[in-house]
Amino acid sequence: MEFVFTPEQQMIQDTARQFLDACSNSGHVRDAMTKTTGYDAELWQKICHEMYWQAIHIPEQYGGLGLGCVEMAILFEQMGRRLLCSPYFSTVALATNALLVAGTEAQKQHYLPRIADGSLTATLAYIGHASHGDNNSKDRYHNGWHTDSVTVTALPQFNQHTVITGYTLSGTLHYVPHGHTADLLVIAARLPDSSGEEGVSLFLLPSHLQGVEVQWTPSMDQTRPLAQITLNNVIIPADNVMLQSEYAWPLLEKTLQLACVALAAEQMGGAQQALDLTLEYTKERKQFGRAIASFQAIKHRMADMMLQVESARSAVYYAACIADEALQHHNPAAATDNVSQNDPLSPGNACHSSLDHSLADELPLASSLAKAYCSDAYFHCAAESIQLHGGVGFTWEYDPHLYFKRAKSSETLLGNASFHREKIAQIIL
Amino acid sequence: MKLSFSSEDEQFRQEIATWLQDNLCGKYEPLRFRGGPGDEHMFPEERKRWEQHMAQAGWLCVGWPKEHGGRALSINQQVIFYEEYARAGGPGLAGHIGAGLTGPTLIAFGTEEQKQRFLPGIINGTEYWCQGYSEPSAGSDLANVSTKAVLGTAADGHTQQWRINGQKVWTSLAHESDWCFVIARTEPGSQGHKGLSFLLVPMDQPGIEVRPIEQITGTSEFNEVFFDDAVTDANNIVGQPGDGWKIAMALLGFERGVSTLGQQMAFQNELDEIIRIAKNNGAAEEPTIRQRIADAWMGLRIMRYNSLRMLSGPQDGTLQKEAMIYKLFWTDWHSNLGKLAMDVLGPESEIIEEGQYGLSRLQSMYLFSRSDTIYGGTNEIQRNIIAERALGMPKEPKGAV
Repeated sequence: MEFVFTPEQQMIQDTARQFLDACSNSGHVRDAMTKTTGYDAELWQKICHEMYWQAIHIPEQYGGLGLGCVEMAILFEQMGRRLLCSPYFSTVALATNALLVAGTEAQKQHYLPRIADGSLTATLAYIGHASHGDNNSKDRYHNGWHTDSVTVTALPQFNQHTVITGYTLSGTLHYVPHGHTADLLVIAARLPDSSGEEGVSLFLLPSHLQGVEVQWTPSMDQTRPLAQITLNNVIIPADNVMLQSEYAWPLLEKTLQLACVALAAEQMGGAQQALDLTLEYTKERKQFGRAIASFQAIKHRMADMMLQVESARSAVYYAACIADEALQHHNPAAATDNVSQNDPLSPGNACHSSLDHSLADELPLASSLAKAYCSDAYFHCAAESIQLHGGVGFTWEYDPHLYFKRAKSSETLLGNASFHREKIAQIIL
Repeated sequence: MKLSFSSEDEQFRQEIATWLQDNLCGKYEPLRFRGGPGDEHMFPEERKRWEQHMAQAGWLCVGWPKEHGGRALSINQQVIFYEEYARAGGPGLAGHIGAGLTGPTLIAFGTEEQKQRFLPGIINGTEYWCQGYSEPSAGSDLANVSTKAVLGTAADGHTQQWRINGQKVWTSLAHESDWCFVIARTEPGSQGHKGLSFLLVPMDQPGIEVRPIEQITGTSEFNEVFFDDAVTDANNIVGQPGDGWKIAMALLGFERGVSTLGQQMAFQNELDEIIRIAKNNGAAEEPTIRQRIADAWMGLRIMRYNSLRMLSGPQDGTLQKEAMIYKLFWTDWHSNLGKLAMDVLGPESEIIEEGQYGLSRLQSMYLFSRSDTIYGGTNEIQRNIIAERALGMPKEPKGAV
């Protein structure tokens, strides 16, 4: 047990910090967020060809760096701190994790090297419901990120021997991060008339296929663009179906759990920066003849922010270590056979808490813990940064609003804190 | 960064778990899960005998260096020790002040004679210690100590000794202790941090009176200690006269450490009890209760990883950020857990046993946890420390004295 960075991990952090301080400052972010793509293509190429971050946890056999989830969390933390506008989260945390968890060997060999060399961006889309309430969608709230959110239909196509040759996909997908620019879409769809965890399959869908319509949906947080994707009877061959066809919900769920760990790391970095910005401002701003940072009313609130940031940090590193174990011990067939995890809390298991398989089994708990805690912590710190900046915190010119908006959109993405606390409750209660 | 323990460490886990299973039974069975904060009044004599039993097998002060009789366990094995001890329901150790505070302080600052005189009593479980820091006018402002000690000649006309007058308060386990370490003002007229000394004072003498404080639980584990011409040998000073503040602060550094893991295991036992009740009485169906139980579970997990970061980080005596937030985090968490316990119990939470204010363990925890956010530096003081030392915010201006 070594709950501290290795020298190599420390170096990755230092390098990422320096690179992003130089390439993703407030001016760069504001510039990128006004582009229709939502990111600076030149910077993305620089990341892909100089930093190789997109290859971070792709195994070496597929052209990646072969590092793990802790290293990835380190990068996400720094990207969150600097609000990096890029298709990194959608490509790496969503699509690459989906390929690692649910890709066939042929799919991995085809797509992972292209992601690793920076020639392909990707994303994951599975939410079929819009929750705006205009279409009698009261029963569709569910915090948005639930099994019933998968509504795109996948109609099997058979040959004369009743072997499935492919599927026809129809429906609309909402709230897809970087969905309007991604080259490759990982899509969750279900058999007609199926519900819940039943009948869900995952598909790899090149976005240029006929019948795929992508549309950017302007959003309040301009640093992570969202898109709507409409599939009009898109015909997809069987080769593009991912593992455990029609029983893939557990693989989708595991992908989302891994993505939650990455997102939590990003949120923690954002919370840290909201704290740092505010610290700097309150030390400079003078009222009543003294820096406002000298008032206990301010100090105690800042102390509470730091408590949440440091606790978020512990939560993220813990979840990242667990994600490492879960990816290393990943067995797609076992994931679907054994939907109800062993209870890692029962005394017998806790006694062997160091056994690798039981650490890997903690992923559902650890990922929800990290996502729930970091969602609340980031929102809290970003909201406090506006309040403690006073009037200027409410202006477009100062940065707190960028963090406040990103905090909210990240909180909602992949399920908010109460959604994840309920997931934990389902396991421990 | 990795979470798994080595096979050698796992073997050690088996060793301590087996020893506890074979020994914490029979006449010691009633002590399981007893003692500790909020329950220190239970079985004090029996618990001391248990500690002597542990001592014979070498299980007290496991982190101390071998030259002083410890096992010099690695941090990982200390973590395992405290986890297994708490998991087995090992009773709260009355010797924890000696083992965790007096011992490390003497090892760091004591003379050879002091080490030889005092360390064996701690490691054998035969001498117990309490901490004489707070006073009625020196709480959060600890440096405002007014207990005085004067060096002079004893009644026999030639022995030199310290003569102590004043009052300490909130002294845990004073009535169970053989010795007290006392911060006293040895330089007349000095103020604040200056002129204080760190003295070791025997409790069993006519000049000391211990008066229990009746707490909101109806029980007493904190005390007032009155010094009325109490005496201790001239050699029973740690460091030089005037070094008291430095030593007192270094000692507080020893307070945060691996024992936090054991504390968390005790918290886990409390949370498990709450979950058991919630499942039985239907509270676990209630969405808001489900959220709060999940939140409590998350907080405890985070506490564990805050600790492991603290323990894995540089052990150079510098206070890391995760160490500075530790007390603020656990005390808020624990007092919220107390409230959650009562809300899970519903109306039944009000009912106590007949007789002398007979609280259940959870009721007692609920009430006692209100002290967590106060003792050992209030949460407001903790926030000042975080703001000033971790975030570098300007210090509070001193008021006129």
